[in-house]
Amino acid sequence: MAAKSTIKSEGGKVRRVIVVGGGLAGLMTVIKLCEAKVPVDLISLVPVKRSHSACAQGGINASVNTKGEGDSPQVHLEETAYGGDFLGNQPPIKGMADAAPGIVYMLDRMGVPFNRTAEGLLDFRRFGGTLFHRTAFAGATTGQQLLYALDEQVRRWETTDVTDEHGVSLPGEKMVRKFEFWDFLQAIIDDNGNCVGCVAQDLKSMHIKHFPGDAVVLATGGCGIVFGRSTLSVICTGTAAAAAYQQGACYANGEFIQVHPTAIPGADKLRLISESARGEGGRVWVPKDKNEKREGRDVPEKERDYLLERMYPGYGNLVPRDIASRAIFQTCFHEERGIYSTITGKNEDEVYLDLTHKDEKFLRGKLAGILEIYEKFAGVDPYKNPMKVFPAVHYSMGGLWVDYERDAKGSLRVGSPRNHSTNIPGLYAVGEVDYQYHGANRLGANSLLSCLWGGMACGPAVATYTRNLAKSALDLPSSTFEKAEKRALADYERILKQNQDKKNAENAYRLHQELGDTMLRDVTIERHNDQLEKVLTKLDELDERVKNVKSTDDSPRVNQGAQFVRHLENMLVLARVIAQGAKDRDESRGAHYKPDFPKRNDEEFLRTTMAMHEKKGAVKYVRELDYSLAGANVHVTDAVDTTLVAPRTRSYEQAGAASAAAASKLDTKQPQSAGKSA
Amino acid sequence: MTMAEGTTAKEGTGKLVHLRIKRQDGPGKADTIRWEEFNVPKLPQMNVNSALQQIQKDPVTTAGKTVAPVVWEAACLEEVCGSCTMLINGKVRQACSALVDQLAPNGEVITIEPMSKFPCERDLIVDRSRMFESLKQVKAWIELDGTHELGPGPRESQESQEERYPLSRCMTCGCCLEACPQYSDASPFIGPAALNQVRLFNLHPSGAMHKNARLESVMGEGGVADCGKAQNCVEVCPKEIPLVDSISVVARETTKRMLFGWLLK
Ligand SMILES: Cc1cc2nc3c(=O)[nH]c(=O)nc-3n(C[C@H](O)[C@H](O)[C@H](O)COP(=O)(O)OP(=O)(O)OC[C@H]3O[C@@H](n4cnc5c(N)ncnc54)[C@H](O)[C@@H]3O)c2cc1C
Ligand code: SF4
Ligand code: SF4
Ligand code: FES
Repeated sequence: MAAKSTIKSEGGKVRRVIVVGGGLAGLMTVIKLCEAKVPVDLISLVPVKRSHSACAQGGINASVNTKGEGDSPQVHLEETAYGGDFLGNQPPIKGMADAAPGIVYMLDRMGVPFNRTAEGLLDFRRFGGTLFHRTAFAGATTGQQLLYALDEQVRRWETTDVTDEHGVSLPGEKMVRKFEFWDFLQAIIDDNGNCVGCVAQDLKSMHIKHFPGDAVVLATGGCGIVFGRSTLSVICTGTAAAAAYQQGACYANGEFIQVHPTAIPGADKLRLISESARGEGGRVWVPKDKNEKREGRDVPEKERDYLLERMYPGYGNLVPRDIASRAIFQTCFHEERGIYSTITGKNEDEVYLDLTHKDEKFLRGKLAGILEIYEKFAGVDPYKNPMKVFPAVHYSMGGLWVDYERDAKGSLRVGSPRNHSTNIPGLYAVGEVDYQYHGANRLGANSLLSCLWGGMACGPAVATYTRNLAKSALDLPSSTFEKAEKRALADYERILKQNQDKKNAENAYRLHQELGDTMLRDVTIERHNDQLEKVLTKLDELDERVKNVKSTDDSPRVNQGAQFVRHLENMLVLARVIAQGAKDRDESRGAHYKPDFPKRNDEEFLRTTMAMHEKKGAVKYVRELDYSLAGANVHVTDAVDTTLVAPRTRSYEQAGAASAAAASKLDTKQPQSAGKSA
Repeated sequence: MTMAEGTTAKEGTGKLVHLRIKRQDGPGKADTIRWEEFNVPKLPQMNVNSALQQIQKDPVTTAGKTVAPVVWEAACLEEVCGSCTMLINGKVRQACSALVDQLAPNGEVITIEPMSKFPCERDLIVDRSRMFESLKQVKAWIELDGTHELGPGPRESQESQEERYPLSRCMTCGCCLEACPQYSDASPFIGPAALNQVRLFNLHPSGAMHKNARLESVMGEGGVADCGKAQNCVEVCPKEIPLVDSISVVARETTKRMLFGWLLK
């Protein structure tokens, strides 16, 4: 039986749900919860307006078909399933593709300054894995603009009073309470196995505190920092997901890590040059002559090898990222045809990304944000010189396993408490931290969409879940919370004190660099079992050495040193899930490529990798699991729901190959040449 | 398989970067303010952020003393989140986009301090929560009816989008407030960043429906009238937001509102 009041506990306190993370996914979840009259505590490492979502550049997909090309949500579904090499469950993808136009319209109503057509409609650009103009954008800082729009709406909820069932305001209680500069440490799981809150740490006072919550939503983003440097923000360590995983949450498809073909090197970050550069006509090339030593702009047209256009005439520069990255890797690494550097005196693993054939005013209107980044960080004018780029770790398709409920039309049933639920009842996951929408490879501009759609599915799911709870977390014995808090505190003190007097203690930041170097070298574009074996041995070694880490800081305030030790310990756990998953999957699918097993093997591997934590240093893979939700048992397996788009061989040589519907409409004609100026 | 190892910045260049950093242990602990110096290995494509990261790996001052590494805020590392704002060689800017080669081409000392207009939390971290509170004050949002499907927003001309988009890139970094002579933690002046938000939301057709409430929020003490028109703000804004224009637009509108508002009631 459900509790008496959905707003207040028996003890008269305001019931709340905890959302951890305020990127697009977290904020959208918060808004949906508030609209369902569920008050929220929002916890975030950084002020939510500074979340990693701000980095997204290129845009967000929605088949609005403004250009009259015959695009539709059906084609979007097909191309997403195909782009993900059929590893994504299709009902949630269908839900997302169908909702996408409405989502972009909602953002438009929120005031996002999307670029416009001459008629004042939303403009759309092209992105990878499709021939349609499907990507809405605000210059080249779309993620920033979307994040701000949601941040503004959440701020509005921060100033809105909680009201009771009769609509009477509860004094001093706001719909959203923010806890920024707080680090999620653990979920609190009661004796029945339900998640009833979390423990977090204030990163200024270092105070550790429990938050009772009727449910907890993790919207904590990706884990690129496991690879040392990546295109992700430096806060994306995956620590929260790793913590939940060690508490029994299943982690799915961890081995699927997207490497983006075009980034620029930096000492602290590999900065992305968005796919939108190619969507607006950018072309990738290397000199035909391996011994070419001239500057890029001095190499004549006929001496350039536009490798992607040559290898994949159907999609050209806009093949999906896994394919582009492999092609670049093949060219630079195996054929040694990268770009000559006068500093090192050899060909570096870089290719040209060229926009110099486009009109400068056109570029400024559509791509200024990314061209500024190139200009600022590479110190070269991209309007006049082809940019030098190389592949970098960018996105995690894998993440916490989450459930969904299928409706009669084969879509996701909105409002079902199963949507976005992890296998720990009451613990939900949404955004890059979940594994749901992208299969083995994510298409560009589908992530912002999956974050927003995920939030739209997760919010109502959580509202249903909490409405049906027999008891609010606030009415549980306080010992449940105190125990968890004590455990977290003890763990923090361990980190502060361990090895303080030890000679030759390890430095966490240096260990992290070793971890990153290993993962980057052997667990990215091409994977070999013998090397993965060595990675696992290296992880064993790092697991041992991390025990000898001494925190560089013992301060009671803003102790980033101790915090980083915790994040590193958690990164090591995720690294193992990723590397072991890669080793076990003896096939090639999407971003996971093994030259020794170059083909996709549906018979054995058309299934979700489901990792469970066994003990430190050991992953257990399961084929099915059971969890209980609202008193009912839910049984799930690793089978992928491919009932909407039947799996077929994935290749991008032919235009329209990614979608049967598109292929007939397009008459498999060549797409517009990328060189054309708008 | 090796990926782009040739371009990873693993080994140093053999040169050193010399940092001089102002430190403080916590809020109100003026007695702990001190300067510490560090020499860190110089890496290719190095910025101030990565120089600070090098201290974490080996937190020893030039005087040979092992200390706690310097703390600072950072997230995006590409000048889009606003986190890493600090004073670098006396100029307020982001550490992630401050390139060492440009700051110290010949190995000069790089001086780093926290911003001075906000309370110091520790070392280079300051408390900018007042900026976010100001966004509440000026109601920097659209009064949305809900997130359910209601079709597209109002049509907008390309021109209007080109006017709004640059205003919308403010990353709440605080550079403009640091540079503004009228702004300090003792003065009530709301500062240029929030005033720019008033203009931004009043430009949008739906936002304009609540234009007056926004104008009224900056009409009293600490409002737009406190701006001394020194123009320092616009010079330091990393996103090149036309702050002085925004302030004059808002000033003009508030004057109109003050003069005629009661007539229209
Ligand atoms: C450079 C770049 C460009 C991109 N461009 C595009 C694009 O054009 N289109 C597209 O669709 N996708 C793009 N992506 C991908 C997309 O930006 C991300 O996948 C997406 O923004 C993730 O959003 P999120 O809400 O899941 O997480 P994030 O935005 O990463 O937010 C995570 C939140 O969780 C909080 N958090 C994390 N850990 C903790 C913890 N332990 N305790 C408390 N809080 C925590 C953080 O503070 C933050 O608020 C891009 C990615 C990158 C790196
Ligand atoms: S113009 Fe106004 S807001 Fe800008 S710096 Fe001067 S006084 Fe401050
Ligand atoms: S207006 Fe410019 S300087 Fe001021 S906070 Fe915004 S981005 Fe920073
Ligand atoms: S880290 Fe985001 S602006 Fe520097």
